Amino acid sequence: MNPFQYNRPTEVATAVKSLAKDPAALFLAGGTNLVDMMKMGLVVPNRIIDINNLPLKGIAKNNTGLSIGALATNSDTADHSLIKANYPLLSMAINAGASPQLRNMATMGGNLMQRTRCPYFFDTTMPCNKRSPGTGCAALEGYNRMHAIFGASDKCIAVNPSDMNVALVALDATIHVSGSKGPRIIKMADFHRLPGEYPELDNTLQKSELITAVELPATAAIFNKNVYYLKVRDRTSYAFALVSAAVALHIENNTIVDSRLAMGGMAHKPWRLTSAENFLKGKKVSEATFKEAAQIAMQGAKAYEYNKFKLKLAPNTLVQSLKMATGLAS
Amino acid sequence: MKKDAIGDPLSRVDGRLKVTGGSKYSGEYKLPNLAYAVLVPASITSGTVTAVDTKEALNAAGVIAVITPFNAPKVPGYQPDAAKPVKGLKLFNDNKVWFNGQPIALVVAETFERATYGASLVKATYDKQPFETDFHKNIDKGVTPQNGNYKDYVRGEANAYKNAPFVIEQEYMLPSEMHNPMELHVTTAIWDGDDKVALYTKSQGVKSSQRAIAAAFNLELANIQINSRFVGGAFGSSLRTWPHEIAAVQAAKMLKRPVKLTLTREQMFTLVGYRPLTIQKIGLGATADGKLTGITHESHSQTSLYEEFTENSVNVSRFLYSSPNANTLYKIVPLNVGVPAPMRGPGEATGSFALESALDELAYKLNLDPIELRLINYTDTDPERNLPWSSKYLKECYEKGAKAIGWEKRQAQPGTNKDGDWLVGYGIGCGAFGAYRSPTQAKIKLFADGSVNIQSATSDIGPGTATSMVLIAADTLGISADRVLFELGNSAFPMAPTQGGSATVSSVGSAVHDACLALKQKLYALSGKPADSTDAIDYVAVMKQNNLPSLELTQESKGGPDAQKYSMYSFSAHFAEVRVHPLTGVVKIKKIVACVDAGKIVNHKTARSQMIGGAVGGVGMAMTEEAIFDDRYGRYVNGNFADYHVPVNADIPQMEAIFIDRPDTIINPIGTKGIGEISLIGVAAALANAVYNATGKRVRDLPITPDKLI
Repeated sequence: MNPFQYNRPTEVATAVKSLAKDPAALFLAGGTNLVDMMKMGLVVPNRIIDINNLPLKGIAKNNTGLSIGALATNSDTADHSLIKANYPLLSMAINAGASPQLRNMATMGGNLMQRTRCPYFFDTTMPCNKRSPGTGCAALEGYNRMHAIFGASDKCIAVNPSDMNVALVALDATIHVSGSKGPRIIKMADFHRLPGEYPELDNTLQKSELITAVELPATAAIFNKNVYYLKVRDRTSYAFALVSAAVALHIENNTIVDSRLAMGGMAHKPWRLTSAENFLKGKKVSEATFKEAAQIAMQGAKAYEYNKFKLKLAPNTLVQSLKMATGLAS
Repeated sequence: MKKDAIGDPLSRVDGRLKVTGGSKYSGEYKLPNLAYAVLVPASITSGTVTAVDTKEALNAAGVIAVITPFNAPKVPGYQPDAAKPVKGLKLFNDNKVWFNGQPIALVVAETFERATYGASLVKATYDKQPFETDFHKNIDKGVTPQNGNYKDYVRGEANAYKNAPFVIEQEYMLPSEMHNPMELHVTTAIWDGDDKVALYTKSQGVKSSQRAIAAAFNLELANIQINSRFVGGAFGSSLRTWPHEIAAVQAAKMLKRPVKLTLTREQMFTLVGYRPLTIQKIGLGATADGKLTGITHESHSQTSLYEEFTENSVNVSRFLYSSPNANTLYKIVPLNVGVPAPMRGPGEATGSFALESALDELAYKLNLDPIELRLINYTDTDPERNLPWSSKYLKECYEKGAKAIGWEKRQAQPGTNKDGDWLVGYGIGCGAFGAYRSPTQAKIKLFADGSVNIQSATSDIGPGTATSMVLIAADTLGISADRVLFELGNSAFPMAPTQGGSATVSSVGSAVHDACLALKQKLYALSGKPADSTDAIDYVAVMKQNNLPSLELTQESKGGPDAQKYSMYSFSAHFAEVRVHPLTGVVKIKKIVACVDAGKIVNHKTARSQMIGGAVGGVGMAMTEEAIFDDRYGRYVNGNFADYHVPVNADIPQMEAIFIDRPDTIINPIGTKGIGEISLIGVAAALANAVYNATGKRVRDLPITPDKLI
């Protein structure tokens, strides 16, 4: 790890200003991802702006929904009574990620900023367009078992590794940020981006912007009964998803009024399944319907040498999560 | 007075120290003037280092020195004229790079952090050469090992299985597995003048470490002090002295101050060995009634270009089952990789996965219960060496294990046994491991208060060695365990073998036993009783009568010639019950039962822990562990603790360890055969066979990840 400057502001404006001044500075929250990357030499910040003293830890209801401070820890969020009652999908997804020790440190903002686990991104001796633009994508013809089957480009086929993000995109969360040009609100679906020509950019944050809160809309609380987060992974805990599915359905009289579906391990961003949601609208709960929805969700998928299994595992996982959410399986 | 006996469930004598942080591991000695060393790995896979630019590193705050192939002081044992040449990689002795990650420099600084940063500033330039790391592509380049540890074997006719009415011929693949003990490898070296050095180092054998350092630096054995009192797991990765340990000693000598070198977790993937990637072909031939007529076992595994590594992956097929014909072939494929090392249940675990999977396949082909097939081919003598077993209760293992797992609930037809959506399966996997014993000495000292101190230069890498030794001494002397202190992990203690090959209790336990007997005889003599008396001794009274503050003796113990007349093995039968989800391919292990014939069990409590630890290793082997290479770069893509999956608690089911617990006194006076290895040997096949029983999917390439089951 390189020597770096360190400061610990107590106000959001100071933090933002501090970052704006120093192009190679980075915010530090829980440090569960950033410190790893610094140890591996993936990032070499000349300044660490420790934001842990900013007043961004609160979880509270407001006029439009529930606001979760960017510094609320993953474990506090998952355990919060309002979240368990109204947005249980988020609790389930967070608890499927990492380990209790990591969730105790990891924050909401930090989890949104979590970088891919592509092995080539993590090894500074290997080519990676995300880490070193222009060096090439070693995963394209390399060990790409964990990689994307949607939305990849020939520059990058990495996936977003977060479980939390999958639930947030399903629940139509919004990301509240503060920057030198003032505050703004980004839809969760627009927060992360596809790699395209610029895989070095994971998200649409502007330079010197700081995430201050994540808001869950009150309207999403209707999806609080028939929910499930199913994560398929190589070991039972502390492993990233091969694929995962976050499903929340509003069901009346065995009919799906509406649903919110998203998947992880699929793309460079948490993958919302809008066409499958549209298909399910008004349908009766049945395994056959779920299978059809899963086929619709998989349209356009493209696999690489080592992740072809995802073309089958992903729809299977979606079907199983829908069965779990609706009581067709236990 | 309370007495403790062999077989009692005695809690670890060092348990309190361990849970309160009082046990000091090799990396925890804070010495005055200590300097910290960090290795710089090569980023090429083959070639030479042409230059190392150390300027920036040396300019960094706190950096004391950078050792490279161009400035390293010569290690005497690395030179061609060495009295005892050091085997393996000769670090910094020349500029050749054999594998990616091989250290090309060592940065020493005032703190670990400064050394780490200094290491990141070292810039090497290379002359890159073509390399081969692709095992599958190079398998035809396999060679018969030259080191003499292996000979091809034929009994009756080779490849006789091909002519049988029922034939199984399959290939099984085991990826490279990393030992990954919790404790990192660490060495601290402290010189006293030019000819004496002391080490705190992670070692499974303080005497072998002592010999290795003596050979490397051409020093008197007595001038080398090795301390390794506590070891936080090793699994075979500390059976030898590694080049980085010699480098730490070299750096300390050069700088004339103590140096501590700690490997990073990532370096643990390249510098301290691994269970090698192995492809095995099994041929089984059988008659319709299940009698084996031919067993063929061929194995190819990877090794390094600079040193051969061999293990016993094929040997199990020569003796575990009765067959008139059997043959084995074993080749190693040298590649641009680091040298492997024995990993718990070394080749035997690898071989047993293949043989026991193939046997399961044969059982289905013959429509026989897998246990019945094993009983049909049960052998009461060793067919390889034509000798009687010293003891063998494998049949009892089948019986007791089957009962404990609920084998009667197994459905022969895969896919028919269900629990809700989940498919239910049962599997068995067996194994054997040689019951070894080496000559060992123990020093015993009786004090006037009746307490006893025993020393022997063995190690404890986790099984609870001191606890077993205390129990053996207490039992033999007829005293309470809390009156006995057993000390280990110090090269100044009397000679003991390296802790490996499940031989510690057999070797060191025998020495402790014999030392206690010798002490008793001395005391009988002092009391005027015959040497073969069986009277209880009042130790305090005898010492007082003779006005002795203490009484000390050193006793050597070794096996007799009888051992040559028998074949000596521990045997295991592992059972698994699994649930497999048909949609997601997720496997939940419901239960594992390990039933072993390991002779007399000295301490049921620590033995059970050891069995469970071995089974967890088997779960890793079967279900999660795989070191993955990218052959374009010659580097691991998952060489870290997050992406290389050792099993976690949530993967581990209810486990039951069952011991036959019958002494085998041909091997040693206590009658133990060893459990360290067989606790793992057979587990992977039991799990793979259970998965097949559940799903009808035969996974022949481990690990059994969800993608292979959908």
